[in-house]
Amino acid sequence: MPTLTINGTKYQTDADPDTPLLWVLRDFLGLTGSKFGCGKALCGACTVHIDGAPTRSCVLPISAVENAQITTIEGIANSPIGKAVQEAWIAEDVPQCGYCQSGQIMSAVALLSTNREPSDADIDAAMSGNICRCATYGRIRAAIKRAAASLA
Amino acid sequence: MSTMESNLFTATRRSVLKGAAALTVAFWLPPAKRAFADAAGTSNELVPNAFLRIGADDSITVISKHLEMGQGVYTGLATIVAEELDADWRQVRVEGAPADASKYNNTAWGPIQGTGGSTSIANSFEQLTKAGATARALLVAAAAQRWKVPAQEITIESGIVQHAASGKRARFGELVADAAKLPVPVDAKPKDPSQYRLIGQPRPRVDSREKSTGTALYTQDVRLPGMLTAVVLHPPRFGAKVKSFDAAKAKQMRGVHSVVAFETPVRSGVAVLATDFWSAKKARDALVVEWDETNAFRGSSDELLAQYRELAQKPGDSARNDGNVAEALGKAARVLEATYEVPYLSHASMEPLNCVVRIGKDECEVWNGEQFQTADQMAVAKLLGIPQTSVKIHQLYAGGSFGRRANPLSDYVLEAAAIAKAAGVTVPVKLVWTREDDLRAGFFRPMFVHTLKAGLDAQGQLIAWQHRIVGQSILAGTLFGGPGPIDPVSVEGAANLPYAIPNLSVELHSPKIPVPVQWWRSVGSTHTAFATECFLDEIARATGKDPYLFRRELLANHPRHLAVLDLAVEKSGWKNKLAPDEALGLAVHESFGSVVAEVAHLRKRSDGIKLERVTCAVDCGLAINPNIVAMQMEGGIGYGLSATLDGLVTLKDGRVEQGNFDDYPVLRMSQMPPVDVHIVPRREKPSGVGEPSTPVIAPALCNGLAVLTGQPIRSLPLSAQGIRLV
Repeated sequence: MPTLTINGTKYQTDADPDTPLLWVLRDFLGLTGSKFGCGKALCGACTVHIDGAPTRSCVLPISAVENAQITTIEGIANSPIGKAVQEAWIAEDVPQCGYCQSGQIMSAVALLSTNREPSDADIDAAMSGNICRCATYGRIRAAIKRAAASLA
Repeated sequence: MSTMESNLFTATRRSVLKGAAALTVAFWLPPAKRAFADAAGTSNELVPNAFLRIGADDSITVISKHLEMGQGVYTGLATIVAEELDADWRQVRVEGAPADASKYNNTAWGPIQGTGGSTSIANSFEQLTKAGATARALLVAAAAQRWKVPAQEITIESGIVQHAASGKRARFGELVADAAKLPVPVDAKPKDPSQYRLIGQPRPRVDSREKSTGTALYTQDVRLPGMLTAVVLHPPRFGAKVKSFDAAKAKQMRGVHSVVAFETPVRSGVAVLATDFWSAKKARDALVVEWDETNAFRGSSDELLAQYRELAQKPGDSARNDGNVAEALGKAARVLEATYEVPYLSHASMEPLNCVVRIGKDECEVWNGEQFQTADQMAVAKLLGIPQTSVKIHQLYAGGSFGRRANPLSDYVLEAAAIAKAAGVTVPVKLVWTREDDLRAGFFRPMFVHTLKAGLDAQGQLIAWQHRIVGQSILAGTLFGGPGPIDPVSVEGAANLPYAIPNLSVELHSPKIPVPVQWWRSVGSTHTAFATECFLDEIARATGKDPYLFRRELLANHPRHLAVLDLAVEKSGWKNKLAPDEALGLAVHESFGSVVAEVAHLRKRSDGIKLERVTCAVDCGLAINPNIVAMQMEGGIGYGLSATLDGLVTLKDGRVEQGNFDDYPVLRMSQMPPVDVHIVPRREKPSGVGEPSTPVIAPALCNGLAVLTGQPIRSLPLSAQGIRLV
């Protein structure tokens, strides 16, 4: 039975090994913060961290991540960067419908983890895989900069 | 049409005609049953009407009759109530209302409960000022009684009821038990706007924290004991039906509960029910279905476009006819003509369509980001043969909608119910569409062709305007459909063109095509604003006039249009001298009671043309929350820009050619320009903000591009014209 380490906790699941991590998180473990948007790694709503790297969980079979540290939106506040990004998101009133925002936040945290002073071009590059149909992009950009400033 | 439906239809038409805005009279209700909370709620509450509860813990729960699908209605509606109560904003919670049109109807739509047409704040404003004022009067009366002081000497400050002379103070929660025993006043007076403290101030949203922590609940997140997930195989073409299917392989797969064929008035298909999405989807992919395509639509969008172009050459049904256009065009010194074309579009909300249904004995529960309660209740009730009131709907957040979740035929809600019924299960069934299911199921923004002719006299004055519109009707056959040949939403923004032109005609062709179409953020204005505002600029360029001054001349009797135009022009630097590589594009348009002007700032760089900034000015009446008005202008512009750049659904041999974000690209971070929003200060009743910025960006951008490139843009999206911005 596969064992997954998610947000520091070990979970056992009887899901088939080819099941994408997203559906194990959502349907087997009840961690519904990561969202289904496209199923083809095109929209970023399902973004989680695998050993710190932003990864689309909708195309990632659990067999590939049994020995990895998996972080989801539910656990991101445990890191100072994660907390800072969430608070910046709230301060900038980023979300509208909100459905994509877990994925946006996971990508933003990954960016700030490797680059504490991202330029606009850095932000474009890091966030280009995350779609927001409410077009909250301007506020996402502002929130990333706010979080970066709060961490400086 | 059933009696119930025809009564509803008649009543709706009547109230629309009369423009009646029914005001709900305050009345007692038992505390609402919470959908997801435990049932052990306190009875020690003040529930003065259907729109709010005040708890002994000081909490104010505002009941939103409208869906929160991103437009900030939970925040806006709560602001109105909190204002009347002089509440501390931190006391305020919001809860989605149950489906009950007798209490929660959209007063702009008559007896129908639903969210759309940018009406949420506009139709609730008087209702909620009254509801809040009533609750306030009760709290004040309870305090007056307890302190034995005159009620008019009592004030409320940030959620504290106080009597200055005696120094008495009380929290709301300390007064609710007494207030609940008092008769509910029917004449509580809402505040004078000069006393507003919350309204008109930028407030944070009530839902930002849960949406930034992954805890906000959408339909997709509903998990109930024993729940099954259904994944469907839809027909490859509109109108095809299941002939037979082989589920032998699917049924043997892990987690599969059952495989059923279903049929609704909208579509036929096969569904796999399983313990979870992935099991259901794998089994769905293993299904073998034979389709009966006798009545399937096999046309292509290219053929439709050719037909539409031909139709546009012929006179259509008249939607407006001022003066004598034919005569004026005949004697005009110069006639300009242009044809504008827009394609089918998908709403493509981030949350693919889904719905949870549990069918019990003589009753049914629905969990949904519910945009059209009355229609969905009626459709499900009819399918199950139970009374409409026996269909309970639990409201959730919607991960976008842009109109799609208010389906006039209840397509996806009915599909969920039909599958649960066909499976014969009593456990909840969650229907989950994949992105491809969502994009290919139809209910698109219709394709449209517009042909315009302008007549100019010898002095270059605009004396004639002929506008022919060709495209499918959205309202025909829905609860909002009227008897005549003109679908008002096909011509909205065109038939009410504000420009002073003595001879003006608008004609409509509504070809009947079996491709399902639906309202899409800003509906008719999505295409009429593009055609009219681009054509107006073409006339200005042809006559050497400044597009701003030309509009100003023609809008002398439209002060709201003039005010937003002037504001957008002032803030954009329209009058400044531009560098040779710069251009500005302007457009103005009224929709949903609001007027928006936008200026697109473009620059030609070595690597291509960049949309550097958009300046937006809006008159939406009283801006309840300027922060949310700004968000809606920004988001609406992004949504419209996405369609302008890349939005394109095509059909070939009846099949939808796109399926996901790889072949239906949408706006991404690097393509979003900074947007600066300027609000015309107004005290008038609020009008819509969710949609009105969307239709203006296409013409503003295209008018700027025409200046920069010397070529008018007459067809969208730009990518199909080989135009890509950097």
